[in-house]
Amino acid sequence: MRLFFHIGRYFLMIKSTFTKFTKWSVLQKLIFQEIDDLIIGSIWIVAFMSFLVGGVVAIQTALNIESPFLPGNLIGFATRQSVILEFAPTLISIIMAGKVGSFITSSIGTMRVTEQIDALEVMGINSLNYLIFPKIISLMLYPFLITLAMFLGILGGYIASVYAGFSTSFDFIQGIQLDFKVFHVVYAYIKTTLFAFILATIPSYHGFFMKGGALEVGKASNVSFVWTSIVIIIINFVITQLLLA
Amino acid sequence: MIEINNIAKSFDNHKIIEDISTTFDKGKTNLIIGQSGSGKTVLMKCMLGLLDIDEGEIYFDDEKFNKKNISKLANLRKQMGMVFQGSALFDSMSVLDNIIFPLRMFSNKSNTEMIERTKEVIRRVDLKDVDNKFPSELSGGMRKRVAIARAIVLNPKYLFCDEPNSGLDPKTAIIIDKLIKEITIEYNITTIINTHDMNSVMEIGDKIIFLVEGRKIWEGNNKEILNTDDKLINDFVYSSELFKKVKLYQKNKN
Ligand SMILES: Nc1ncnc2c1ncn2[C@@H]1O[C@H](COP(=O)(O)OP(=O)(O)O)[C@@H](O)[C@H]1O
Ligand SMILES: [Mg+2]
Repeated sequence: MRLFFHIGRYFLMIKSTFTKFTKWSVLQKLIFQEIDDLIIGSIWIVAFMSFLVGGVVAIQTALNIESPFLPGNLIGFATRQSVILEFAPTLISIIMAGKVGSFITSSIGTMRVTEQIDALEVMGINSLNYLIFPKIISLMLYPFLITLAMFLGILGGYIASVYAGFSTSFDFIQGIQLDFKVFHVVYAYIKTTLFAFILATIPSYHGFFMKGGALEVGKASNVSFVWTSIVIIIINFVITQLLLA
Repeated sequence: MIEINNIAKSFDNHKIIEDISTTFDKGKTNLIIGQSGSGKTVLMKCMLGLLDIDEGEIYFDDEKFNKKNISKLANLRKQMGMVFQGSALFDSMSVLDNIIFPLRMFSNKSNTEMIERTKEVIRRVDLKDVDNKFPSELSGGMRKRVAIARAIVLNPKYLFCDEPNSGLDPKTAIIIDKLIKEITIEYNITTIINTHDMNSVMEIGDKIIFLVEGRKIWEGNNKEILNTDDKLINDFVYSSELFKKVKLYQKNKN
């Protein structure tokens, strides 16, 4: 089946990415460049989305559970749980599959169709290592981005519920601290790290092995976004079953 | 010198290249000619090892080309330069960074020596004031020059050019052809050029192999090609009115 062919070729690609290393001084520069493009370049959108969605989560919780019998700290608690467990790691990663993923696919895909990858190979450079390794390394900083998303998501929830009058500041903060399990954070970071690897490699795969011209680069970016999201959701499901169920 | 023996290559059970043998000489501009789709690029990519051949052997100065022997391959690759059809410059790098790139990767020179060598080849391909420009800011002819500079910066023994003058106006095309020819002689390189341009054939065709649907049907030089009786070659050579007139003129002269 086609799918098995792609899975096999994906893992062979990963293996080759970690062989025949490019000169370290060159790799170093590439890594800094990728950190700039992939991580620093995503800070604003991640900050903006997390802050607003955190606010929406808090308001939705408040509107749906308004009952005098429920404790006032529930809004803070619910916001913290949804932001840390799902919103920051998973939803942000799917947004990143659109932003960072399509950037990676189109930039590698363009290099493929304009023969820049062939040019690297002719020079005797392992193009997989040269192109993909720096992306994997720079995305190892992705957990910092998710930490920011967690912080701003909860802050957004706090501001929305306190200033809209759904919760007092005291209740909300108590809710954030209620029944805090370190393992939930560990779980979130395990997911995040896996997603970072997926975000670096699946879009690279779609760019690297694409055929055709400029039109196909656009198509490859689309397909790459769909597959990156699907894989993130499947991994999310599996990891949650394994670690939390 | 590069020698190829009985090269064959298929895609999806479809034979693209079949049973091609020839030798390409040192210090000469060797041309692979044929219509679009005749397999020129595929043959070149086979010689470079960018595509795996199904059958046949390739020798670089009597050394058999073997993709499996990684260290040998790496060594050989450092002696190859390639000018791609679309130049294949790295978009994200300035002209200087493009040309210095192979040096940064493979030479042990100091930074000043590398820059010196880069400026030397930039001068050699007649480029001026472009060091800090990006490929997107250059004309087609200048991109070709940058590509040639990048291909020769490591002093290659073998230079491959895939349609080096495609997309250029006729005058620039001839200038680029001549530049490649001069460099070939100057550094005694084995140069192989894919082209379907009859001007190039006449201008720099020291040795020519002619492909039709992936098979070599003729080989010779630019003097012989005008006097052959082969119908397929004549169709190719005299497809333009200009060359028809040249032939008529020659006939009348004799
Ligand atoms: N990667 C590939 N997969 C399948 N077919 C290919 C591939 N590369 C080239 N071909 C086919 O091989 C034939 C020769 O192509 P090519 O060598 O590019 O011709 P040209 O002489 O114009 O350079 C064409 O029919 C082309 O469609
Ligand atoms: Mg071609």
